[in-house]
Amino acid sequence: MLSRRALIGALGLTLTLGAAPAVHAQDGEVFIPLISKGFQHQFWQAVKTGADQAAEEMGVRITFEGPDNETMVDRQIDMLAAALANNPGAIGFAALDSQAAIPLLRQADEAGIPVIAFDSGVDSDIPATTTTTDNVAAASLAADKMAELIGGAGKVAVVAHDQTSRTGIDRRDGFLNRMESEYPEIEVVSVQYGAGDQLQSTEVAKAILTANPDLNGMFGTNEGSAIGIVNAVREMGTDEVTVIGYDSGKAQTDAIRSGEMAGAITQNPVGIGYETVKAAIAAMNGEELPEVIDTGFYYYDQSNIDDEEIQAVLYD
Amino acid sequence: MTTLSTDAPKSALSRLLMAVTHQKLLAFASLIVLLIGFSIASPNFMQTSNMIAILQATSVNGVLAIAVTLVIITGGIDLSVGTMMTFTAVITGVVLTFLGLPLLFGVMAAIATGAFCGSCSGTFVAKMKIPPFIATLGMMLILKGLSLVISGTRPIYFNDTPGFSEISRGSVLGEVFPALPLPNGVLILFIVAAVAAYILNRTVLGRYCFALGSNEESVRLSGVNTDRWKIAIYALAGAIVGVAGLLIASRLNSAQPALGLGYELEAIAAVVIGGTSLSGGRGSILGSLIGALIMAVLTNGLRVLSVAQEWQTVVTGAIIILAVYADMMRRKPS
Repeated sequence: MLSRRALIGALGLTLTLGAAPAVHAQDGEVFIPLISKGFQHQFWQAVKTGADQAAEEMGVRITFEGPDNETMVDRQIDMLAAALANNPGAIGFAALDSQAAIPLLRQADEAGIPVIAFDSGVDSDIPATTTTTDNVAAASLAADKMAELIGGAGKVAVVAHDQTSRTGIDRRDGFLNRMESEYPEIEVVSVQYGAGDQLQSTEVAKAILTANPDLNGMFGTNEGSAIGIVNAVREMGTDEVTVIGYDSGKAQTDAIRSGEMAGAITQNPVGIGYETVKAAIAAMNGEELPEVIDTGFYYYDQSNIDDEEIQAVLYD
Repeated sequence: MTTLSTDAPKSALSRLLMAVTHQKLLAFASLIVLLIGFSIASPNFMQTSNMIAILQATSVNGVLAIAVTLVIITGGIDLSVGTMMTFTAVITGVVLTFLGLPLLFGVMAAIATGAFCGSCSGTFVAKMKIPPFIATLGMMLILKGLSLVISGTRPIYFNDTPGFSEISRGSVLGEVFPALPLPNGVLILFIVAAVAAYILNRTVLGRYCFALGSNEESVRLSGVNTDRWKIAIYALAGAIVGVAGLLIASRLNSAQPALGLGYELEAIAAVVIGGTSLSGGRGSILGSLIGALIMAVLTNGLRVLSVAQEWQTVVTGAIIILAVYADMMRRKPS
């Protein structure tokens, strides 16, 4: 029995120590952990790619972690606590719930560890800056493209992912306000919400198409919404509707290649990761940073989807 | 082999004690090995602040594990503890934020809601004879849905209830002993563990808990109303889940209605690492507590070592299998 116990112990120790040397920090090396909202989604993997790139260029060590899904607020807090224990030079943080993280962010602040918010802001003045997409400007660009494609007049509708999150509100309003101010001949007949869920968005989009058989265009505010619209158009068999989407993903890029979708806005997740690490290093060196660092966005369609610049920010 | 038999109380008790002690030793030894291993591997691991972070990360899962332990000892399983925790948190939010009642009502609401939900599961299992796996799976979905409905799918914040976040984040102990700033959440975990261990080992309810898991039929044939005791145990487990609901809501200063799925499996993993048998009749609260600590130490340690997240998951899974295998080997008659 003793020998078995010893065996287990030895195994545990080997596991721990075996894993350690390869990844453990050397003294004096700058360490910047990034705590993200997610980990396994393609979008977050693209953010990680950008962060890795910056870390290599600037000679710092980063880690990138996020909870299994976007509901696990407490798991994200635990990740932040573990990151703080590791004497980081700075921390990158994409808050699932700003409020819940405030005590730990304050702890970081008191320890003089700069915090860079990425992807979405934190309701606090602790972060040195926020690296994110200007969603309002990006959605305005979608409105411009839509107007151009349908000839400056007609009826359009929006399928949004939700009415409470910052991104949901900014993308919806960016599109609606641009339509109202610049294109008086275009009427937005309906704005509905599909929770970013492909199936739910499909049903929502079908209902809009049924109610408005003369619709000219539809805008989906994220990947799930956009794919929902494409599904709806496909199931209803209409082909007079111009569809503009948001983000990428295999289904969306396929739809653009096949012409079912006219084009889409893509954020620059790689840029978000890159700029976060860059800003973290700048903050450590005491440089002044703007309140928000816009990481940029692009409009892509059949004509430029294979350009190097676009391919670098798309994900499957 | 280690089940309670009523005809030979003394030898059975001593055998039970031996088994429990050994199991504790094994789990405890693994915990110590992990702590030493991580301390050697990283100078940042063994700091007071990080140890407190680990204990705080254990508090919610530990309380859930204690609740599940009671149900598992009866030979059942409870898959609903994660979403039940969320549901009790949401009800607390309704009581404190929507209705604006004082803090104490929120605390009572959480525990009462948990006990009620638990007794529902218990009724499904005992009276309606639905297998516990199915009954609590149904309960898990019902409660997940109700949490979303009641909260309007938005987090409920406790900003209007001063002191609510102190339940988990504050430190009564730290005010008395500034050198030991243990958060209240951790203190509550230990209190819940002590109370549950007392009930399990020193009361009639506890004795029936083991007896139901060992041989329900013989307990029933000896004239005991097994249904009633089973419902009572599920209700007690539910009340403990209510405490977990308070802890997580206080820690996040909000009731997050979508949270909860997946937490039941982590609680069950902690119970199993702690040596409680999934076939019932055997187990200990201390074991589950140590099991929950092992999981938290492992997760935190791998993070501090900056092991890639993909590999963290692999290692955690391997440790669970290893722990249960070690336990089974130890139990084989020699």
